[in-house]
Amino acid sequence: MMTTFNDIFKDAGNKITGIAAAPGLVIAKAYKYIKEELEVNGQKIINIKQALSDLDEAIARSKKELKKILNLARDIMGDKRAIIFEAQMMILDDPILLGTIKRRIEYEKMLPEFIVDDEISKYQKLMLKAHEGYMSERAHDIEDIKNRIIRNLQNKRWISKITHDVIVVSDTLTPSDTILFSRSDTKGFVTDRGGLTSHAAIISRSLNIPAVVGTHNSTLLINDGDELIVDGFHGCILVNPTKKQRNFYNTKIKHLKELQKNLIELKDKKAETTDGKIIELLANVDVTGEIDIAKTTGAQGIGLYRSEQILAEMGDLASEEEQAEIYNKLASRMYPQMVTIRALDIGGDKFNFSEISEPNPFLGLRGIRLLLANESLFKSQIRAVLRASKNKNIQFMLPMVSSLLEVRESKKLIDECKKELKKAKKEFDNNIKIGIMIEVPSSALLAKEFADEVDFLSIGTNDLIQYLVAVDRGNDLVSDLYREFHPAVLRTLKIIVDGGKTSNKNVSICGEMAAETLAIPLLIGLGLETLSLSPATIPYIKKIIRSISYSKSKKLADECLTYKTSDEIKARIEKFFVDNSIKRTRNII
Amino acid sequence: MITKTVKIVNKAGLHTRPAATIVKYASKYSCEFFIQKDGININGKSIIGVMTLAAEMGSDITLTFDGEDEAEACEEIVGYFERGFDE
Repeated sequence: MMTTFNDIFKDAGNKITGIAAAPGLVIAKAYKYIKEELEVNGQKIINIKQALSDLDEAIARSKKELKKILNLARDIMGDKRAIIFEAQMMILDDPILLGTIKRRIEYEKMLPEFIVDDEISKYQKLMLKAHEGYMSERAHDIEDIKNRIIRNLQNKRWISKITHDVIVVSDTLTPSDTILFSRSDTKGFVTDRGGLTSHAAIISRSLNIPAVVGTHNSTLLINDGDELIVDGFHGCILVNPTKKQRNFYNTKIKHLKELQKNLIELKDKKAETTDGKIIELLANVDVTGEIDIAKTTGAQGIGLYRSEQILAEMGDLASEEEQAEIYNKLASRMYPQMVTIRALDIGGDKFNFSEISEPNPFLGLRGIRLLLANESLFKSQIRAVLRASKNKNIQFMLPMVSSLLEVRESKKLIDECKKELKKAKKEFDNNIKIGIMIEVPSSALLAKEFADEVDFLSIGTNDLIQYLVAVDRGNDLVSDLYREFHPAVLRTLKIIVDGGKTSNKNVSICGEMAAETLAIPLLIGLGLETLSLSPATIPYIKKIIRSISYSKSKKLADECLTYKTSDEIKARIEKFFVDNSIKRTRNII
Repeated sequence: MITKTVKIVNKAGLHTRPAATIVKYASKYSCEFFIQKDGININGKSIIGVMTLAAEMGSDITLTFDGEDEAEACEEIVGYFERGFDE
């Protein structure tokens, strides 16, 4: 009898389970990444010259980071409160402090971060000795700058230490961690925390790297160098697998490769239902490398270019010039296909680089709110997007819109930018389409009114669902309550699709839900005609679309709209898959 | 060498902004500049040093200038203290 996945998992004592966050199978060695380890030790060093140049580099890097923060702090908090950051900036230039640190590195021959820590801590101790209350706050400010220098010193060291072709095992991963690792050919990701829509999950899906997240204790159970099998279909990890397990997975990996080859052959075929309805499939682009994947999987354009990725890749806000160049390249590579650039979506859980701590960032200054509060930042992006639009294949999209006023203010700024460019005799598309993300319940309810004032709507399901059901998708204590098949989610999607149709505007969906195979018949049945998804998932979704009928899907959606619980809805869709003998990838290999 | 004792006259004391301004002024001059308070001697060209001084309204501080341009440095910095850090 043939061995099945169940046989393999049943009695496996070396099994760790979690959430299947990105599909795929891989066997490789574990690399444990322990983050922000600001633990410094007095290790002796031999190469003093290297240590001193490392220090200079870390100081320069810290200055660059702090400068951005300082500018933002001035904009948001005003000059008066920004003085904290200005003082931190001066510390990076403090001749007495830097002189002492350098001399000590030369004489004591110890790791620069040890000396930095020891020297700055002396001042902190003095501050804490004072009776005045504000002095302990000041000691805390100094802690920030100390940690920044140390982090920059250590970052450089561990970046050079990452070995290639490993499975990264970590407590949690930030978007920039994930991008960094993807550059060194990481084979897989395993994390203790995080859910299906945490950024590590999204990015690994888009890069086609198998990932299992929310395992709770894999960093305890896995040692550096252990051999791991990561099964991103079943959310399972096997540590130091037996011969039987390894043989089983080697066969499965072979099957998967063949399947993927077949899927790639779908590249030039349309995403057409069995009864002839054509669906447009676009790509979400998180990292530059994905443009290639989008090309090979047959995406019909870019439905979502997350411009904050520039920030993640450069570690920095880009200037208007730099942005214009990046967008230009993107537009000409995709020409004549359309590219939808989303305005910088920072704040919330994304790149909270302003370091202004908000008690509830998801309900705070993020997306369009942050942009409108930082006019110069926003306008430099608008001008860069406009300049790249001269071949008329760029659209611009506003994130986190919750009121019409925000749309009107943004359009006013766009008009101002157009005038400025005209004056400077720069070419651009005067009729560039402006759209918004629908990801806040208030804008979902007003979809029709929004559609009247913009050119297109794009549903961001990740945020929309989390705001609708009040569940933080990154918090694995509640993330199982984040349900895309919640009846309220379905009904809200219907309101948005109908609102767009009434105003005759295109509605697309660009959240993770569009990449969930189970959701496809439902979304098609609700009337969505454009889906934007991680490029690597396009072939899988195209295969599903080509095996369902629109009329049956519509019936399914209408029926699901009458249900009261997500379990009923999910069971009904699963039945749809069985009744129509549609196979999901995990059941094929 | 010039030594002067000054009083902190503004309400908020020697907080972060005047600390930064003092260091900026001092950096313009080549003379050495030290600040003494409660037996601690701090180099006035070091922001992190000056920030360790907790000086509230009414406290006395001793400033020492030593070098070629000590008179000009003393005039500018002592003036800034006497004006209550322009606040």
